[in-house]
Amino acid sequence: MLNKASTDSTPSNLSDHSPKSLRALFWALSQLALQGFGGVFPVARRVIVEQRQWLTNREFLEEWAAAQILPGPNIVNLSVMLGNRWFGGLGALVAVAGIFFFPSILLILIAICFEQLRGFPLVAGALSGMGAVSAGLIAGSSIKLATGMKDHPISFTGALCFSLLAFIGLAVFHYKIIVLLLALAPVCVFLTYRNISKNKKDSAT
Amino acid sequence: MTIGISDWFDLILQCVSLSLFAVGGAIVLLPEMHRFLVTDHSYISESQFTSGIALAQAAPGPNAMMMGMLGWGFGMNAAPLGQSGIAYAILGFILVMLCLLIPSCLLTYSVTRWLLKNRERAIVIAFKQGVAPVVVGTMLASSWIIVAHDMTISVYWPTWLLALVAVLFVLFTRLHLLILLAIGAAVGMSGMIAA
Repeated sequence: MLNKASTDSTPSNLSDHSPKSLRALFWALSQLALQGFGGVFPVARRVIVEQRQWLTNREFLEEWAAAQILPGPNIVNLSVMLGNRWFGGLGALVAVAGIFFFPSILLILIAICFEQLRGFPLVAGALSGMGAVSAGLIAGSSIKLATGMKDHPISFTGALCFSLLAFIGLAVFHYKIIVLLLALAPVCVFLTYRNISKNKKDSAT
Repeated sequence: MTIGISDWFDLILQCVSLSLFAVGGAIVLLPEMHRFLVTDHSYISESQFTSGIALAQAAPGPNAMMMGMLGWGFGMNAAPLGQSGIAYAILGFILVMLCLLIPSCLLTYSVTRWLLKNRERAIVIAFKQGVAPVVVGTMLASSWIIVAHDMTISVYWPTWLLALVAVLFVLFTRLHLLILLAIGAAVGMSGMIAA
């Protein structure tokens, strides 16, 4: 399988492979989900583009970009889109089931073990330690995401101002996420849209 | 406190109504779930909140399962006295996952075609780039809320320090997530972290 990995750089935009059955789709997504610690994006690309060759690199990136815009976990949205692309509604259902079935069972088993051991100070300590690291991991990936905003249409500083407002609103004032999103996101999207259109006009003249 | 049928309905309602606001992933809903489950109703404890997230991160699979783990804690506490909480916890896990996922999946299912066709349009690009700063702030707030349940710095400074070290590791090394979590577990077991 690996020797075909380089073919994803071929210029063709459409992959001529596609999953042969719902079962193949289910197993591919299970395999992908079970390999995903933290971020599933790199694993998803490797399984779907390189190993199975169901999509070309370009097709995958397009689907991924669309999955990111929609609310809900990116990987779940991607599963819905892929399942739908090949097998319609049933495919979407099977794909999402594939993403969650085995990981859920595994997590529930882990959780059952920890519930039995919760009373032990060592286990309680381990969990607090892991919790602190989890917080660090989330903060770290949000900072990584922030560095991607360097060329943001509303400028890096502008974008960081919005991040700061969201942070203060949630962490200090405990606003409801719905209120906060409805207040901040439309303004930020509007400013971004305006600047994108302006930049387009500038570069056209 | 005792958790009754009406509380289960509140949980369902909360998850269903939040589903479409999970722009940027389930993580952005953490502060809101904390407010609902821990601060406002005391359905679950701070340590259940933190350990649920930690376990979900340590297991493979979509990050969204940390929401399921919050439902797990809810179910655990909802079990009537004398009954094992496991069955209720599993119910809580599944219920939260379904309620959070179904609305957003239906939306994705119905707009995929339109979105793929219009992905080059300025408004679609502006939406994606425009929500990014807000998502960054929300994720930062999520991590803040996991650590900041008690601000007594003289007791909790090791927790903060550990979280900060994890941030630095994420930013400047390619160390595997599991190794980082294992280090956290080891430090926690040594008793340096206040539970």
